[in-house]
Amino acid sequence: MSLAVEAPARPLLTGQRLAILALLALAFLGVPAFASPWTIEAILLPFLALSLAGLGLNLLTGYAGQVSLGSAAFMAVGAYAAFNIQLRLGLPLPLTFLFASTTAAAVGVIFGLPSLRLKGFYLAVSTLAAQFFLQWLFNKFGWFSNYSASGVISAPVLGFAGITFDSRESRYLLALTTVTLITIFVHRLVNGPARINLIAVRDNETAAKVIGVPVLRTKLAAFALSSAIIGIAGVLWSFTYLRTIEPEGFNLDRSFQILFIAIIGGLATLRGAFLGAGLIVVFPLLLSRGSAWIFDGGLDAGSVQLTQRIVLGATIVTFLILEPNGLSSILDRVTARVRSLMGRT
Amino acid sequence: MSFFRRLAPALLAATILTGAIAPAHADEQFFPLQSYRVGPYAAGGTGFFGGFIDYLTLINDRDGGVNGVRLTWAEGETEYEVEKGVEVYQRLKSTPGIAAWNPLSVGIAYAMIDGVTEDKVPLLTVNHGRTDTTDGRVFPYVFPLLLNPWSESSGIVNYIAAKEGGLEALKGKKIVVLYHGSPYGKETIPIYELLAEKYGFQLIQIEVPHPGSEQQAQWLQIRRERPDYVVLRGWGVMNPVALTTAQRNGFPADRIIGNVWSNSEEDVLPAGEAAIGYTAITTQASGQDYPVLKEVIAGVYDKGQGNLSDKARIGSVYHNLGIVNGILNVEAIRIAQARFGNRTLTGDEVRWGFEHLRLSPERVKELGAEGLFHSINVTWDNHEGEGYVTFQQWDGKKWNVVSDWIAPDWALLRPIIEASSEAYAKEKGLTIRTEADVDTVIGPN
Repeated sequence: MSLAVEAPARPLLTGQRLAILALLALAFLGVPAFASPWTIEAILLPFLALSLAGLGLNLLTGYAGQVSLGSAAFMAVGAYAAFNIQLRLGLPLPLTFLFASTTAAAVGVIFGLPSLRLKGFYLAVSTLAAQFFLQWLFNKFGWFSNYSASGVISAPVLGFAGITFDSRESRYLLALTTVTLITIFVHRLVNGPARINLIAVRDNETAAKVIGVPVLRTKLAAFALSSAIIGIAGVLWSFTYLRTIEPEGFNLDRSFQILFIAIIGGLATLRGAFLGAGLIVVFPLLLSRGSAWIFDGGLDAGSVQLTQRIVLGATIVTFLILEPNGLSSILDRVTARVRSLMGRT
Repeated sequence: MSFFRRLAPALLAATILTGAIAPAHADEQFFPLQSYRVGPYAAGGTGFFGGFIDYLTLINDRDGGVNGVRLTWAEGETEYEVEKGVEVYQRLKSTPGIAAWNPLSVGIAYAMIDGVTEDKVPLLTVNHGRTDTTDGRVFPYVFPLLLNPWSESSGIVNYIAAKEGGLEALKGKKIVVLYHGSPYGKETIPIYELLAEKYGFQLIQIEVPHPGSEQQAQWLQIRRERPDYVVLRGWGVMNPVALTTAQRNGFPADRIIGNVWSNSEEDVLPAGEAAIGYTAITTQASGQDYPVLKEVIAGVYDKGQGNLSDKARIGSVYHNLGIVNGILNVEAIRIAQARFGNRTLTGDEVRWGFEHLRLSPERVKELGAEGLFHSINVTWDNHEGEGYVTFQQWDGKKWNVVSDWIAPDWALLRPIIEASSEAYAKEKGLTIRTEADVDTVIGPN
């Protein structure tokens, strides 16, 4: 993977920035006013949570080059931490988020330690330990789920400064605000001085060491930050979307899902996480909705589901063959084409 | 960057428009089904939802619906995954005339409790579910009909007592509970401890980590302990592996008692001969020798409208559970209609029906289900409804009922259930219902 070319400095209001602002305005104002309940509950809330998880993993895998298969476990750490902080300490919401992400970061650093010695596939396998160990931990000790008889807990309603995030729109806005703020933070981070360190570690560790990049510290910092963000994604997943927490919901499948979001969306890009989540989370739902409407009960639900999997699989393979650098690159080419067409007329 | 992003809202809008569901015709009652026909639990899903749909089809074809109100349904595939179940819930919940939700998954049911309470539509978890939802004072819209996990434990212990010659005979016996290492598996740990203390039997509970395809260590321990009985609280592949490993270690299959998620044909067939003699609890007997099953075969399958693709599975454990579930839903609607009129009912009216769902053994016989299940007696504060259990033994080809109908010790469990549900009410800031609230029913408009 080559070092991406730095974009030249641009004027303050580029077309791209305008588009992002328009999109944010639509997301903050348009969606709560006009979107149907199904759109918010079934599409946007999981989309936001998993985009954030993809963003967190992208920081680690895309920018710092460390593969992790433990993302779902870090989501679980965030979710259980937030549950217990709310239950036992009753801290205000921003502090709950902060402590939940700190806990996830700490756990992330512990499971990031092997990265100091292991690389590539070997590191991926060692992060599996996080996946298995943490899921077992939450299952084994009732304390984490407040001794709930079945181990599945219903998430308490989040509230802050007199506002309770109980209604659909308020949960959506909470998730959207969190995701926006974190994305801005990560954007500044990866376009700042830290970028060089991260990418140097990714592309050639020895060379990085020679030119004086603190390799170990960079790796652990990447693990900490990535886990913290994924932990917040876990809080959003459990508290704003599902409103229940169960260890089984954070299994290896979820880790793979997040990894695919990062890879298919485009490694080392921010929008990749959102595009990837769009393909992995939203596309199957639209497909399922569409097929339910087309077949209208003519086929049994199982066959429809299997057909969808084939379509989704074929789509992913096609995308990756067309553009191994992910959806983000396809988007670049499309916008470049559109721009040149518009320039010509 | 902007092109696709700009396209996204348009795509969303298109889906919302095309996905709009046509309004129900007058006098229809709708069942949204969160079924699972693919994935690891497809055997249970196809059987249960197949049986449920078969019974609804029978009522439509034979009786023209419930008092003229036709039953309709739509399926959404969940693969037993919580978020897919939630998506289906969100997709179907605005359909008019919803009678009740029947997800057959604890995880999905948990994720829906807040939603259905707000919607005022019943949520049924027949034979499973969250135990403390039995307390209708705190959970007005959730119904773990027939059997909750704690009653199941008590039923199994009562059966062992009956085999040994009374509850007194349990004293000094040794029972091992082999449970699946999941929230589901661990849910009954405190209940078995309570029962052991009360009846004076020696109890050892051993965990089998998920998925349970390797159990040599556990069965070596069992062999050392020489228990009188092993209770198998399994799930999926853990069940056949338990039976084959037991055989290898010389533990007799007829001393192993399975729970409701270890009692299907799919659990024993892979174990082959090792399963012969194995006994399991059930709320509904299997087999086709019941009038209602004969009507399903004659009125649905012989007309080519059956839902199961494999006719050999008619009368299997999950299929019969689906049929019993169909009976309970249809009768609740019938009871509610007697009060509110023979029309499409609101979810809250159906809730009233479930809270008055009393089917005596005589009524069950009229419905053609004598012997299939015993009876049910749901009240406003007891949403389980005192379901009786029976035990069936596998003979290598089919299950045979080997016990009478046995009552779990509801009185023993009720205080613990209330403690748990009251804690939930406190956590959530809910007011506890009184009997007067039962008749406050939200009608149409």
